Amino acid sequence: MNTAPLLAVDGLGKAFDGLVANRDISFVVHHGEIIGLIGPNGAGKTTLFNCLAGFHTPTTGRIAFEGHDITGSTPESAAALGIARTFQIVRVFQSMTALENVMVGAMLRNKRVSEARERAEDELAFVGLSHRADTPASDLTVSEQKRLEVARALATEPKLILLDEVMAGLNPTEVREASALVHRIHQRGIASIIVEHVMEGIMPIAHRMLVLDYGAKIADGTPAEIAENPAVIAAYLGE
Amino acid sequence: MTTGTNVSRKMAGTAALLALAAVLPLAVTEPSQQNFLILILMGAQMGVAWNIVGGYAGQVSLGHAVFYGIGAYTSTMLLLTLGLTPWIGALAGGLVAAAFALAMGWPCFRLKGHYFAMATIAVAEIMQILVTNSDALEGAVGLYLPMDQSGWGVLIFLSKLPYYYVILGLLVLTVLVSWAIERSHIGYYFRAIKDEPEAARALGVSLTRYKLIALTVSAFLTAMGGSFYAQKEMFIDPGSVFAGTISIKIALIAILGGVGRLTGPVLGAVILITIEEYSRTLFGSTGSGTDMIIYAAMIILVAVFSPSGVLGLLGDLRRHLPGAKPAEVETSAKEIRP
Ligand SMILES: Nc1ncnc2c1ncn2[C@@H]1O[C@H](COP(=O)(O)OP(=O)(O)OP(=O)(O)O)[C@@H](O)[C@H]1O
Ligand SMILES: [Mg+2]
Repeated sequence: MNTAPLLAVDGLGKAFDGLVANRDISFVVHHGEIIGLIGPNGAGKTTLFNCLAGFHTPTTGRIAFEGHDITGSTPESAAALGIARTFQIVRVFQSMTALENVMVGAMLRNKRVSEARERAEDELAFVGLSHRADTPASDLTVSEQKRLEVARALATEPKLILLDEVMAGLNPTEVREASALVHRIHQRGIASIIVEHVMEGIMPIAHRMLVLDYGAKIADGTPAEIAENPAVIAAYLGE
Repeated sequence: MTTGTNVSRKMAGTAALLALAAVLPLAVTEPSQQNFLILILMGAQMGVAWNIVGGYAGQVSLGHAVFYGIGAYTSTMLLLTLGLTPWIGALAGGLVAAAFALAMGWPCFRLKGHYFAMATIAVAEIMQILVTNSDALEGAVGLYLPMDQSGWGVLIFLSKLPYYYVILGLLVLTVLVSWAIERSHIGYYFRAIKDEPEAARALGVSLTRYKLIALTVSAFLTAMGGSFYAQKEMFIDPGSVFAGTISIKIALIAILGGVGRLTGPVLGAVILITIEEYSRTLFGSTGSGTDMIIYAAMIILVAVFSPSGVLGLLGDLRRHLPGAKPAEVETSAKEIRP
């Protein structure tokens, strides 16, 4: 059996000339787990994602994925290893259709265009965007574009997916649909870390919550534990 | 699916166009007019080749003359010194240019956007200076191809017609390569890199690798165009194949027609070469000064009226014509991005 955790982060820190965006963060993620990552604006959540996905080189600490040290790897090798991500500010390929966007993701594992297309059709169906397959990505609504980014990330066949505020700006019905989508990702055996300000979306489905404040981890526990944690309450009230 | 009929309609259109191009010289028999057609095909070939890196992959090179010149000089030197047939010389020129593209792409692709474009200008300028000062390459004097030989072996002809078919063949080859790239995963990766490089990386696309592929293939094909130029003109010097005006012309043909699409550069060549030739008869000048004025005017026109080129303009017109189906009303996310 696989005993090593999927992801092990140890003492991770990231500074941008003087400004410390992440400091001494440690946690583990197990296969298939749903982790909620919360914290006030500017707490360092996106920076942590950028470190995990190879977009930033951490200033201190180590990142291990399936037991292998991946600290400071490139985004493309992180993707190849099985770490996929979405972007807080959507970055869809504007000149392509929705389907073509997802095909680019699928091509990581299969360079044959026809097979990548089939794979992409499946992932579009998974996020409920089949009816928009041939629509230019630039014509999709922001919430559709966010789902498109999820489909594109899933098409790379990740073991861990990093979702950065995919529920922002959704109405209550859409938030429930998004939560259900995250749960179905979990059922596929894919672990996820979800950055979210929408608590109704994340609290009911997360197995564990991590809370960041001023770049440091201030709490790590079940959603129920987190909701009663004085440090967390203080961080949010003190905003 | 509609894409199937679309593809077969495109194929039929292409076949018809090719058939037309093949029989065109039967109708156009005047040598100066045949020469005009050859110039258009040469322009189209260089535009289609440039489009691979500048259009699909979005890496705007303003130094493509360096590859054009390498092609021209390599095949010519091989012919003059070793008597090697230009058929092989052009391939050798393509390989030298491809190797050069790898070497220059490595550092230049660390630069983004305008800085990349500026670096390509610098590389081409330096190359022109180096060749101008090279005794082995006859410096500013230039190289003459042998006047006493002709035929398919040395690829030198007394009439225009064979040149027409050779450049038509090279254009078809260049279009086929482009088309194959467009349809493969490489074409998708190029467009992804052009649209959102960071997102492409997150999906496992190595920017350096695919930009290098784009530049290398483009350089190879551009160099073959340069070899053809040498064969047709039978004389090359640094000013005629390495000049900045050549670089601008190559890029302009693609941009004018519409980048990132196969037919764009062909259309761009028809327009630009026609204007160039007419203004030449009008002003009676072949100096690069007039060329520069025309190019500058074209760039301004494209920038002001249609950044997506003539193809983009035609697309807009079609959408606004009465009877055209109205654009779907949707919230576009474009404006929301910071
Ligand atoms: N590339 C960068 N260069 C310099 N500073 C940065 C960079 N990226 C982030 N920062 C800074 O690091 C801090 C943490 O930013 P980050 O985007 O990680 O926060 P966040 O928790 O994702 O916030 P939000 O909830 O608003 O998205 C901020 O002060 C931000 O300005
Ligand atoms: Mg953020």
